[in-house]
This record gives sequence, structure tokens and C-alpha cells, in this order.
Amino acid sequence: MAEAEMGHTNAKVPSKLVVNELVISYENLATGEMTEAVDKVSLDIKAGEFVSIVGLSGCGKTSFLNAIAGLIKPQSGSIKVDGKPVVGPGHDRAVVFQKVSLLPWRSVLNNVIYGLELRGVKKNEARQLALKYIEMVHLKGFEHYYPHQLSGGMQQRVNLARALVCEPEILLLDEPFAALDAITREEMQNELLLLWEQTRKTVLMVTHQIDEAVLLSDRIIIFSARPARIVEEVKVNLPRPRTPRLKNDAEFDFLAKKIWGQIHTTAGKKVSLEYEI
Amino acid sequence: MKSRNHQVFVRKFKEEFESVILGGGVIVALLVLWEIASDLRWINPMFSSSPSRIVNSGWKMITDGSIFIHIQSSGLIFIYGYLLAAVVGIPLGIMLGWFKKASQALGPIIAAFYTTPRIAMMPLFIIWFGLGIGSKLALVFLSAVFPLIVNMQAAVSNLDKDLTRVAEAYGANRRQIFWTIALPESVPFLLTGLRLATGRALLGVVGAEVFGGAEGLGYLIQYAGATFQTDIVFVCVIIIAAFGMVMDRSLLALNRRFDAWRGNGC
Repeated sequence: MAEAEMGHTNAKVPSKLVVNELVISYENLATGEMTEAVDKVSLDIKAGEFVSIVGLSGCGKTSFLNAIAGLIKPQSGSIKVDGKPVVGPGHDRAVVFQKVSLLPWRSVLNNVIYGLELRGVKKNEARQLALKYIEMVHLKGFEHYYPHQLSGGMQQRVNLARALVCEPEILLLDEPFAALDAITREEMQNELLLLWEQTRKTVLMVTHQIDEAVLLSDRIIIFSARPARIVEEVKVNLPRPRTPRLKNDAEFDFLAKKIWGQIHTTAGKKVSLEYEI
Repeated sequence: MKSRNHQVFVRKFKEEFESVILGGGVIVALLVLWEIASDLRWINPMFSSSPSRIVNSGWKMITDGSIFIHIQSSGLIFIYGYLLAAVVGIPLGIMLGWFKKASQALGPIIAAFYTTPRIAMMPLFIIWFGLGIGSKLALVFLSAVFPLIVNMQAAVSNLDKDLTRVAEAYGANRRQIFWTIALPESVPFLLTGLRLATGRALLGVVGAEVFGGAEGLGYLIQYAGATFQTDIVFVCVIIIAAFGMVMDRSLLALNRRFDAWRGNGC
């Protein structure tokens, strides 16, 4: 339903990512039972679109993102980037994980270079590119620092730069700022907003911060509790370029409340279960 | 700023100093007590020696040069055995950690060797490799090689899942994960393995020399002990202990450099 609607409204812009009836399940190694994480989710993301997936923790949104990254194999359904099916990790996608996971024995510069190095890009060329993106995330002057010498926010900037430097077709963000404190998180949201305005990459972000999703996205997809299904899609028609000041806007507030309500009504069953226990 | 740095320095220095005073103080007190007990014949110096006797006898062996032949003999066995253990143990451990089949095939043999006291096999080594350097090297090698194998295997087979996932997400193949994640991540384990191997190798050296031969610190300990020259026994023990401590401290200092990025979760 939602997919068809999108197809009509944005028919002129080519699709960057098309997901069709994706099913992801995990096998419990002890019992051999299959647990469904994602149940027949279809999605169509246009080039240059910023789409967020929101839902309760553990609803399967990270599994969904990992499948698109090519890190886990779906049970059925298809994922296509620019019409080509995804069979594993690839250079057309770059992931920013919630856990920063920088290589602790590498300097900032060498961490940012990592993806390019794996791909066999020439040292000099990789270096130039890396320096450009390090500057873009405002870490100029910290190239030769090691991760343990940086704050959490700075580490996450390195993480972002490491993904951006690969110049992927699609940037996949998995709760990228969830581990940061509130102030740093806002700062990073603003940073990401600016970066996105500059690069206009196609972005798929998973988050449970509703205000983060509204601030950054063109479209927000609400996942139900596990197994994840699409409950609703919400278009965010707030004008761009946006700034964090938008959070005081009445429409912003309205959207945020609406999404909050949706998540919690669909999750009603699960929440009450938790309370019973 | 400068005065703050200075304060920090002074505080650090005091802390260091206090621990040295405390640790050193106890040793000095015990030595003094030992000396007095022996001078006043509370204990028999023929059995227990005394600090002054040990110093005298150590000085004599240094000035007449008689100790050096033993140090050299033991030192060579240690170095060759230790190096051989490193050259064989490190790659073998990495291989066992990386290839599941290899660890399935060789795991039981290694576990069996790991738990057997190597010295129990010394008579066999003497039969196989003779009373010379061969049997001693075999013992030192087998003593030192297992901590290295086991540590490297543990390091390579328990990689940080988050880091390997990042590598995979950026398209790393298995060979690239090996070179860019597995090897650098196992460096601290390597240093731990080398430290453990030092102790085991020293044990091997002394054990092998006590068993047979006509030179080396272990031989000297055994000979001096049998002839009630307890001060010479102590001199040898002190030399071995000092060498072990220097090795251990150096490796520990090297290890500290890696502490910063170990277990801080980034």
C-alpha cells in the first residue's frame, strides 16, 4: 500500500534502493526454531532521499539495515541497489554502526582510509580523499590522533568520515548517535544535516529518536514490534535547508507526536506484556 | 599550567617513591635479619649462607671469571631455545587460531603436551639428542613454545566481533581481515605470550642443566648444592632471577604501550 503510494508521488526520480517483500528470520541454535525479525517489508527509496526507520528497540530494524548492508542473508524477498541485486557487502553501500568500532591501532587518518585501502585505492589518492572528509567532519588537526584520545562525539565523526570517504551510493546509518550524550547527539545531528545538504546522498537511517528522524528525514517509516512490518509512512515536508531550531516549530511537534503515538499504539501489546512481567 | 604539571609530577613521583620504599624496605629488612641471624649463629650459615657470604662469593666468581662460562652456556641455550620457540610457536598459534580445521586436528596433541611437565621427558631427550646442547634445547623449546601457541591461538580465534563486522561491511575478504584486524589485534597477546614463555624457558634451562652436563647455571646450582656451597647456589639463583625480572619488565613496558587501546571499547 505504502509502496504503491510512493511510486506515484515520486515517479520521476529514479529509485536507488528497492526492497521487495523482505523476510528475515533467525535460527535459534539451541532449539532450531526460527524467529522472524522482519516480515515482508517492501521499500522504495529514491536517489537523494533521506529515509528513517523508527520503531521500538529490538523490533528488527537493525536486522533490516544489516540485510541491506549485505551482512546478513534474508530468508526471502529481494534487495536491489540501482537495479542490481545485493548479494553481500559492496562499495555502493557504507554503514555507520552505533558502536563506533574504530580500529584502535590506527590513527584517525588511517581509520578513515580503511575502506579505500580494502578496495585497493592508491595510497596518495586515498589520503587526499580522507583529508577532505576529515575536514568536512571538522576534525582537521586530529589526523594523527588515535581513537582513545578522542571524545565519543569525535569518534563518531571519524566513523562518519570513514563511511563518507567511500563515496557510497547509499549511506546506511544504524542508530548512529544513540551512544552519545544528549548535547553531543544534537551537535552531531546538526552536523549530519549540514553534511547531507552538501552531499545529498541517499541515506537510510535506523533510529529510535523520533525528533532525530523528523529533523533529518524526507520520509519516516514506522516499524511494528517484532516481527517488523511497516505500520505507516510519514512524509516530512518541512522546508530545507533545516536547522535544529526547527524542533520548536509547530509542525515538527505535530509530526513527532503523531509518530510517537503510532509507535506506541502498534507496540501496545508488547509494552503491556513487559509491564505484566 | 606549568605549576599544575609540576604538581602532578610531584604527586606521581611520591606515589612511585612510596611503593619503592615499601617494597625495597621489606627486602632490606629481611636481608639484615638474615645477616644478623647468621652472624649470631641462630642459623647455620653452612646450610643457609648469609648475604655477606653470597656477595663475597659472587664477587670472587666475577673477578676470577669462573661464573661467565656458566652464564654464557645458560644464556646461549636460553636464547636459542626461546628464539626457536618464537619462530615456531607464533606462526603455529596464529594458524591454529585462524583455521578451524587445523585446531581440530592439532588441538588434542597440543592440549596433551601443554599439561605434561616437560621435564618428565628429559631422559628421552637425552637419549634422542645426547647430553650436549641438543637435549637442553629441546627442553627449553618445548617449555617456551606452548604459551606462545596457546596465546596466539586465543588472540586470533577471539577477534572483536564489532571490528570484524566493520571490516566485512567495508568489503574486506578473509585475507584482508587477517592482515588488517587479526594480526594487529593479537599484538598484546603476543607480548603476554612472550612474557609467559620467558619464565617457562628459564625453568627449562635450569631443569635441563640440573639433569646433566658440566656447565651452566643449573649445573652449578646442582653441583654447589651437593657440596654444601650454599652461597654459590644463591649467587646463581640471584642471577637467574635478575635476568628473568629484566626480561619481564621490558616486555611489560612494551605491553603498556598497547594498554591505551585495549578494552576501552572504541
